[in-house]
Amino acid sequence: MAERRLVPLALLLALGCAAFLLWNLHAPMGFILSLRATKLAALVVVGAASGAATVLFQTVAGNRLITPGIVGFDALFVFLQTMLVLALGSAGYATLPTLPAFLIETACLAGAGVALFGLLLRRGAGDLIRLVLSGLILGVMLRGLSGFAQRLLEPSEFAVVQQASFASFGAVDRAQLALAGPLLALALLIAWRLSSRLDLALLGRDKAITLGLDFDRLLLGVLALIAVMVAVSTALVGPVAFLGLLAAALAHALLGHPRHAALLPAAAGLGALILVAGQFLFERLLGFESTLAVIVEFLGGLVFLALVLRKAAR
Amino acid sequence: MIEIENLRVERDGTPVLHDLSLSLPSGGITALIGPNGAGKSTLLLAMAGLVSPMAGRVRLDGCDLHAMRPQARALRLAFLGQDQAQASRLTVRDLVGFGRWPHHRGRPGPADQAAVAGALSLFGLNELAERPVSSLSGGQRQRSQIAMAHAQATPLVLLDEPLSALDPRYAREVMEALVAMSHDAVAPRSVVVVLHDLGMATRYADRVVALKQGHLAASGPRREVMRDRVLSDLFDTGLKLREVEGADVVLPA
Repeated sequence: MAERRLVPLALLLALGCAAFLLWNLHAPMGFILSLRATKLAALVVVGAASGAATVLFQTVAGNRLITPGIVGFDALFVFLQTMLVLALGSAGYATLPTLPAFLIETACLAGAGVALFGLLLRRGAGDLIRLVLSGLILGVMLRGLSGFAQRLLEPSEFAVVQQASFASFGAVDRAQLALAGPLLALALLIAWRLSSRLDLALLGRDKAITLGLDFDRLLLGVLALIAVMVAVSTALVGPVAFLGLLAAALAHALLGHPRHAALLPAAAGLGALILVAGQFLFERLLGFESTLAVIVEFLGGLVFLALVLRKAAR
Repeated sequence: MIEIENLRVERDGTPVLHDLSLSLPSGGITALIGPNGAGKSTLLLAMAGLVSPMAGRVRLDGCDLHAMRPQARALRLAFLGQDQAQASRLTVRDLVGFGRWPHHRGRPGPADQAAVAGALSLFGLNELAERPVSSLSGGQRQRSQIAMAHAQATPLVLLDEPLSALDPRYAREVMEALVAMSHDAVAPRSVVVVLHDLGMATRYADRVVALKQGHLAASGPRREVMRDRVLSDLFDTGLKLREVEGADVVLPA
C-alpha cells in the first residue's frame, strides 16, 4: 500500500521539527524556544498549505504542471502590496494594526484569487498552453501596473514594497499566525474530506458529471479553498511560487498514484518538510539568513522545467 | 424510454441539431449513424445532459433530463464520450471502480467490488487490472472505459464511437458485450451507440437512427433503415446492402 509511505514522511517531518526546535539550544531557552516555535509553526503551515493548494489546483485544472504561482497570483500579491503602500505611504503601511491589515490583505487576495483562478479555469481548462499564457500575460500586466505605481513611490516606500515582495519567515506575527494556523488547518481538513470527489474530477468534467458529480459546485468550492490557502500563507510570509509545485511533484513520486486521500497529506507534509529542513539547513547549519525562499524558488523552477521538458519529450 | 422533443442545440453559436424529435423504446441497441458533422455526438451529449439545448427537451422515462440532479442522472444513464481525460496513474481497477461512484458516493461496499470484478472479467481486463491506465494501448483503454460504463449499472448506456481504437477482434467482442448488456435477463439495458462502421450497425443494432446535417433522416428497426436507398441518400454516395455468408454487409454501389 502506497499510503504506508506517509508514515516515514510523518516521522521525517517530526524529526525535522524536533531538530529545528532543539538543535544547539542555549540560554535563555524559554525565549529561544518560543521564537523558534513561532517560526516553525509558520514554516509548517505555509509549506502544508502550498503543497495542498497546488495539488488541488492541478486536479481542477486537469494538469500536473500547473501551480497557482505560475498563473499570476504572486504578481497579484505584489500589486496589492504596492497599491497599499501607495495609498497609505510607508509610515501608514508600517503602522497598520497587524491583525486587521492581515485580514484585509487575506480577504483581498482570496477574493481576487477566486476571480483569477475561476476566469483562467473557465476559459482555459484542459488547454495548458492557453491557461499558462493567460496567467503569464495577466502576471505581466499586473507587474507592469505595479512597476508603474512603484515609480510614483518615495525610495523609502519602494523599499517597503520590495521587502514585502519576497517570502520571509524571519518576522512572523504571532497574532496573524494564531489566526492563519487554524484557518489553514480547517481548509486542509475540508479539502481532505473532498478526496473522493477530487479523485472523480481527475476523469475530466464531462465524465465526472455523468458519474454524478456536481462538478461546477466542486470547482467553485475548491477554488475558494485554494484562494484561502494561498492568500493566507502569502499574507503571512510573502509569495513562494514554486514551493507547491515541488511538494506536489515529490508527493506524486512518493505515492505513485493520484488518490487524494493520500496525495493531499503527502503534498502538505512534503511542503512542510521542505521548508523546515531547508530552513534548518540554511539557518542552523550554514548560518545563512533569508536564503531559503530563493533556493526553494530555484529548485521548484528546475522541477517545473524538468516536468515540462519530460512531457514535451513524450 | 427516451423521448426527444423539438431539440435544438447550438455549439459555439452554430446550429447543430434542428428541432429534432425522436422516441426510443427501452431495451436493445440503437445505432446512431450519419456522415461527419451530422450531429450524432451532439445528440448523444444532449441525451447525457452535457449540453444544454436552446429549445426542446429530452425526457428519460417521463422525467426531464436537464432538470435532474447529477447523481439522479448518473443512476439512470452511463456515458462514454470521445474525449477521455488522461487519468494518468490510476489503475484499470480504479478506473472501472469509478463506475460505481453514483452508487456508493465514495464508500464502496462488497456489492461495488463484485460489480467491478464482473466488469473486469466481462471485458477481459483481469490481467490488466493493476496496471496504470496511462500504460495501456488505445484499445485497452477503450475497453477499460466501456467496462466502467458497464459497472455503473444504469438502464441506459450512451457510447460515442466506442470502436474507434479497437482492432476487429476487440471491436466484435465489445459489440457482443453490448448485445449481452442489452439482452440481460435480469437487468436489460438500453444501449445507444454512435457507429461509423455500418457493418457493425447492420450486424448488431436492433434500431437505427440516421442523422444528416442536424436533421433526422430516418429512424426505425434496423431492416427499415439499413436499405440501399436510405444509406446512399444519407452519405451522398452509392451504397448497397448485400448478404455475404449469412451476414449483411454494406458495399459501395
